Amino acid sequence: MWRERKQLQVSPRQAAFLRRRKIRKYTVLGVQIALLIGFFALWEIAANKQWIDPFLCSQPTEIWATAKEMAQNGMLWQHIGVTLSETVIGFLLGTLIGTLLAILLWWNHFICDVAEPYLVVLNALPKTALAPIIIVWLGNGQTSIIVVALLTSVVVTIMTVLNGFLQVDDEMRKLVRVFGGNKWQVLQKVVFPANIPCIVNALKINVGLSFVGVIVGEFLVAQAGLGFLIIYGSQVFKLSWVLMSVVILAILAALLYEAIALLEKQILKKRM
Amino acid sequence: MLPMISLQDVSLSYHSPNGETRAVSHLSFSVAEGEFVTIVGPSGCGKSSILSMLSGLIAPSAGTVQVNGNMGYMLQKDQLLPWRTIRRNAQLGLELQNKLTPENIAFVDYMLEQYGLGEFKDRFPAELSGGMRQRAALIRTLAVKPDVLLLDEPFSALDYQTRLSVADEIGTIIRKEGKTALLVSHDISEAISLSDRVIVLSGRPARLKKIHKIELSVADRTPMKAREAPEFRAYFNTIWKELDIHVA
Repeated sequence: MWRERKQLQVSPRQAAFLRRRKIRKYTVLGVQIALLIGFFALWEIAANKQWIDPFLCSQPTEIWATAKEMAQNGMLWQHIGVTLSETVIGFLLGTLIGTLLAILLWWNHFICDVAEPYLVVLNALPKTALAPIIIVWLGNGQTSIIVVALLTSVVVTIMTVLNGFLQVDDEMRKLVRVFGGNKWQVLQKVVFPANIPCIVNALKINVGLSFVGVIVGEFLVAQAGLGFLIIYGSQVFKLSWVLMSVVILAILAALLYEAIALLEKQILKKRM
Repeated sequence: MLPMISLQDVSLSYHSPNGETRAVSHLSFSVAEGEFVTIVGPSGCGKSSILSMLSGLIAPSAGTVQVNGNMGYMLQKDQLLPWRTIRRNAQLGLELQNKLTPENIAFVDYMLEQYGLGEFKDRFPAELSGGMRQRAALIRTLAVKPDVLLLDEPFSALDYQTRLSVADEIGTIIRKEGKTALLVSHDISEAISLSDRVIVLSGRPARLKKIHKIELSVADRTPMKAREAPEFRAYFNTIWKELDIHVA
């Protein structure tokens, strides 16, 4: 398509419009990058000039040195690996189980009506409050952390996906029915495929939620992972550990979100 | 010969917390093989409920409904699934009835070709015009080789221009395929131009008011030509008056 468009003669006004758009796009990007660099630069200068206490606030060069050292002895990769795997397993399981439960509630209206008030309360409840109980029940280990991560995302997945299921046009279901199709076919041919974008969207939300669950879990279990580095670093006043972990978490969250956004784009392209 | 569709003394009531609504009352009529019959009635009179009963989606509260042979149903909107290509949409009915055989797939491709959708078969519904989409929906219905077609205002979602040509096309296709058809419509000219008989219903609860046999003196009757027949106006005025009584 774009190739066809390129071949067309572009009027001067249209060219000017396109140029303005392009300039604006790059200005926004430029300011974004400048803000990021400016923030770190100011932080560094402020620490060097003793405007802020480098012992309490650390500084970018020191964080970088810490990261380099930990990367060289392999500790960094180990902690990142632990947190990342827990998070990915957590949000995939949360989305899968949430979707399956949403299907159950869609299938059986009685169960759906019975579950409604409980879902509303569970949705409002901060799931991390359950973390200590999970650790008591499932032990001080990775299983507990993954379960906490899963719990943070499962309820909101149920609600999002169920809502999507219920919004499918009644006439589309009628279409399956008038061909003699059964309820399973309504789900398989219409309701589920219609909601794939909705499920991918739930996946996107769950990345962030799952990170919350994992970090809180790691605070409590305190064995490995970036959450462990944060809590341990703060206890022994190694602020460079804490801040490095936070920066890495931000990068990981952004990468995971982008990965799912890319997946979403692929899916939407395939189905228009 | 056994009628393809018959209703005998059918009544239907809907139940809701606010009470009982009588939608259809003691209705009887039948449709013979190869006949095109249209039901017209004031809006909200329960016309669509009649098709729902015939298709088995809802059961009548009293009386019997009967359809002899395979049934095909056309909905108000095309309801093409946006994530399927036109070809895969047209195969949906076959898929649902586990009839996706090579012969049937070839039959769908033949019909797409025949009715001008051949080059659009790998496109998505959003890329097609309203009229083309409704044609694709008809092919989806015809793919399962129904003996009887139930049409629930399939043209009402289209704009007026498209509507005339699509009604003409689809009416012609149905006649060509020799199908028995029962159309529900609120458009009197559409009813007259397409049908062998027009059934006029009263307002809610729907009762049988009149059945008109439509005889038009045009050669090679198509829905478009039917509109030019000298008798058309008279039928229109009669049915219009019959429908108007409860509205005024």
